[in-house]
Amino acid sequence: MSEATGLRHWLQSYPALSLSEVDGYCLRLVCTPEQLPGLARELVEHWQAEFATLLVEEHPDRALSFTVRYYFYAPRQHHLLELRIAVAPGTELPAISDAVHAADWHEREAWDLYGLRFTGHPFLGDFVLHDEDWPEGVDPMLHRFSARQRPAGEGSGEHWQPPQLLEEEGAIVFPVGPIWGDYNESGLWLLETPGEQIRYLHTRLFYKYRAVEKIAEGQAVDQAFLLSERFAGAAALAHSWAYCQAVERIAGCTAPRRAEQLRILFAELERARHHCANIAEICGSTALSVAKAMAQNLVEDWLRLSAQVAGHRYLFGLLCPGGLRQDLHAEQRNLWIAALARLRRDLLALREHLETSSSFLDRIEEMGTLTADFAKTFGVVGPIARASGRALDLRRHLPYGAYSEWEPEIPTEEQGDGYARLRIFFAETLISIGLMEEMLTQIADGPIRTECPIRAGHALAWVEAPSGATFHWLRLAEDGSVLRLRLGTPGFRNWHAFERAIQGAAFQDFPIILATWGLSVAENDR
Amino acid sequence: MSFWPWYGLRGGQQTESWEASVPAGASPGRPVAAARQDADQFSMICPTQALRAQAGRVEVEMDHCVHCQRCRQGADPLPWQEDAAWSHWRDTHAQPFPARFRRSLHVLYVDAGACGACVNEIRLVDAPVYNLHRFGIFITATPRDADVLLVSGPITDAMHRAVVKAYAAMPEPKRVLGMGVCAINGGVFGKSFASHGGLEGVIPVDLWIPGCPPPPLAIIEGLRRLMGWTNGPAEREVR
Ligand code: SF4
Ligand code: SF4
Repeated sequence: MSEATGLRHWLQSYPALSLSEVDGYCLRLVCTPEQLPGLARELVEHWQAEFATLLVEEHPDRALSFTVRYYFYAPRQHHLLELRIAVAPGTELPAISDAVHAADWHEREAWDLYGLRFTGHPFLGDFVLHDEDWPEGVDPMLHRFSARQRPAGEGSGEHWQPPQLLEEEGAIVFPVGPIWGDYNESGLWLLETPGEQIRYLHTRLFYKYRAVEKIAEGQAVDQAFLLSERFAGAAALAHSWAYCQAVERIAGCTAPRRAEQLRILFAELERARHHCANIAEICGSTALSVAKAMAQNLVEDWLRLSAQVAGHRYLFGLLCPGGLRQDLHAEQRNLWIAALARLRRDLLALREHLETSSSFLDRIEEMGTLTADFAKTFGVVGPIARASGRALDLRRHLPYGAYSEWEPEIPTEEQGDGYARLRIFFAETLISIGLMEEMLTQIADGPIRTECPIRAGHALAWVEAPSGATFHWLRLAEDGSVLRLRLGTPGFRNWHAFERAIQGAAFQDFPIILATWGLSVAENDR
Repeated sequence: MSFWPWYGLRGGQQTESWEASVPAGASPGRPVAAARQDADQFSMICPTQALRAQAGRVEVEMDHCVHCQRCRQGADPLPWQEDAAWSHWRDTHAQPFPARFRRSLHVLYVDAGACGACVNEIRLVDAPVYNLHRFGIFITATPRDADVLLVSGPITDAMHRAVVKAYAAMPEPKRVLGMGVCAINGGVFGKSFASHGGLEGVIPVDLWIPGCPPPPLAIIEGLRRLMGWTNGPAEREVR
């Protein structure tokens, strides 16, 4: 029996579980709250399934309060699984986060925004909505809450104090943020130290919470597209691609071949620029100014190339459900091919200089290490996962678009330290350049867009964004307005594990470690 | 062994002339108003009402344009202009800084809910090609040293207090620069329970830089305008 049929078989023979539906991309199961923790544990521990995202939907009729969907995928079997649970009013769900730690922040988020409680979760509260600001008991994702206006009243925690675990004499909590450093995204990092070493880090995010999932509700498909593109503008193409795929899946249409190829090209262009920007930050964090300048040149070159081939430095406005809004002309293609040769040469030169710079390597080697065990426990994704030995990439494990034909190589490193992450950023940029070069000479002729009818329905879609797996879930009404948009982002996954890479580091290493992780706060906060 | 000073010198001078025309790809450009017969209908394609039909013309309100490119795509697009001198004073604003600031201006950047694109563009203002230090402009990490508060993002509820406090902590004379459509009116995030919908009503603003995101040249142009300079990169020809 193959592994794929093995998993299906196991699910079919699971006592009292209804395998409700098997469609083209997903096995759907309905289970009870009591079955949930055991099932989730076995999926992750026995079948090596990965937790994808958690989705809460408020029920339109009052008999049930919520429908909750847990998504997993089995990378080896290329299977996606949905566990669906109906939650009766006033009841709770058992937390799965002790078995599936990757779900921890998802449960906290659902409690904050929907008021859905998870029995057994150790810290619910003060997460997305900060206690000192937000009035207690107001759950903004519920339909009865109007997104227009901020509710009156401040939070109960006006005297909110950073938690302090260290009790030694002289121990302090050193706050970094929310406004800090030269060009940083806002967030609060509380470093606990008895002197020099950071003993604990407490990360407090969501200063940038724009409630994108809430404000999307009621918007037309084309309008909410703009939100999907811009909530994390450094990965606009990846996120808007996932959104378009969801709309296409609901409509039952597929983009033409040329469009699917162009989408890959632009996605790889975005990945290369994203990774080079991370390399520039790493060089800058170690005060290696010439290296930073060289990396910034790369970033600027990618951005200028993007503007010349797509009209926008961050590839805004390129995609639409059904394909692309604009085509790539022959001149643009030639310019792109020429630029790639130059960019590869400059990238290789920078890599060589960095790899022979021992004072630089001293700052990032064995720094900010995320062990393979923690990487698995936290279910980290993307380059961070691959630098800690996890060969996971949705382009291979759940191929979408034309990636089943254009399988990229997936580099991995074992050390999980800052240097391993730097090597991954370089390696993946080079692989993206190779993929673009190959593809640019083989783009199919034909249309770039098919009609994508608006239908009522819901779908999950996914993309391997530059920083890792992203899962978007969309429900549309008959008139094409958004009823629910869920953005399950890689930033949200990876920030969760970041604290584990800091413990024991020296104070001055904090910005360096942060740079080697290269995480987006905007993508986490949404 | 790496010889960084040598690698740096070997690259030669990379900074681009300030007054030359905008290099290809350094700016996404912007739509230009035009007379057209279908003005009423055409202006409907803009998702943010940046296009307005008026007396047979399509007018563009740059403060609302989110660069979605929809008026540029299709068979009969609006003309497009590649420039980057986009900043404009707010109706009521302070004067530009006195001349003594022209050699040294310190800027505190605050991310009040910006997406990664605005943040990435501000990170490039000190890239070799832009080199904002040549104008005596420096980014600082503390409001106590700052002359200018440069803010991007729609001003999220949780950053509201931080923005107000940062402004209060700056010494006089001080100026505020709102960067990107989000800081002007909330951009695609608008005004909601989670976003203030821009800087208006939070702290007194002097200058706006529209764009989504404004490219590094537009950011530097805005900062220079605060210093009293008015020359900027020349536009590239209209397509
Ligand atoms: S680019 Fe988009 S937002 Fe800007 S004016 Fe044109 S249609 Fe409107
Ligand atoms: S103005 Fe545009 S680029 Fe800047 S933060 Fe807002 S959405 Fe992002």
